[in-house]
Amino acid sequence: MSEIRYENFFPIEGGTFVNAGDVSSRIKSILKNLGVGSEVVRRAAIIAYESEINIVSYALRGTIRLSVTPDAVCIEAKDEGPGIPDIELAMQEGFSTATPMVREMGFGAGMGLSNIKKFSDSLEITSEVGQGTHVKTRINMAEAG
Amino acid sequence: MKLEEIAGKLNLRVLCCDEGLSREVRGGFVGDLLSDVMANSREGDLWITRQVHPNIVAVAVMKEHSAILLVQGGIPVEDTLSRARKEGIPILGTEINGFEAAGKIYGLMNP
Repeated sequence: MSEIRYENFFPIEGGTFVNAGDVSSRIKSILKNLGVGSEVVRRAAIIAYESEINIVSYALRGTIRLSVTPDAVCIEAKDEGPGIPDIELAMQEGFSTATPMVREMGFGAGMGLSNIKKFSDSLEITSEVGQGTHVKTRINMAEAG
Repeated sequence: MKLEEIAGKLNLRVLCCDEGLSREVRGGFVGDLLSDVMANSREGDLWITRQVHPNIVAVAVMKEHSAILLVQGGIPVEDTLSRARKEGIPILGTEINGFEAAGKIYGLMNP
């Protein structure tokens, strides 16, 4: 286990579309200030944004944990929400359970989880229907220059 | 190419933040799906979209776009403009559609 250089928890309320993106913006500037490489920052920002939008779109509330070690940036999103009955199906690009209102705003295109997978080096999703979802991602410092 | 030059040649309306017109446009991206824009656009892009709600500013800030261009006469809601002013992201507007806007801007940048 590498030593943690930075750790923080960011609470997010469900349904607050107006502020959606604030937490991921903060995460992006924190990582930049820590001197993390630009490609890792780019990937982390995308993962943080998608995680934040998922909480805002589907959950009652949730928390994003950001941790940075010399080897990796980890973004972990844990929410209290409806959960995902079929994770494999939810991972498919284009699959979405978003409401028409959410879709009209350009969210809910069924690209969130697949983008999280695409831009992370490891991804672990656990979910319990009626309880919530926990998405853990890791981006290795070395693999993205 | 400077944003100012593109705005002048295509007669774009500056809806917000003319102090940002000196920004350098490095490329462009067309999209209305925010996940697509987040994943695939690049820093310095001029983002062409039909979306007008405040979340477009958050995406443009995160991706460090040079500006947002609203096509087909899209009018941003007031909250979008106030956020753009706060973040200093220029918002431009045009009556033409995304296809024409992208084609014309591409042509200017790749003569």
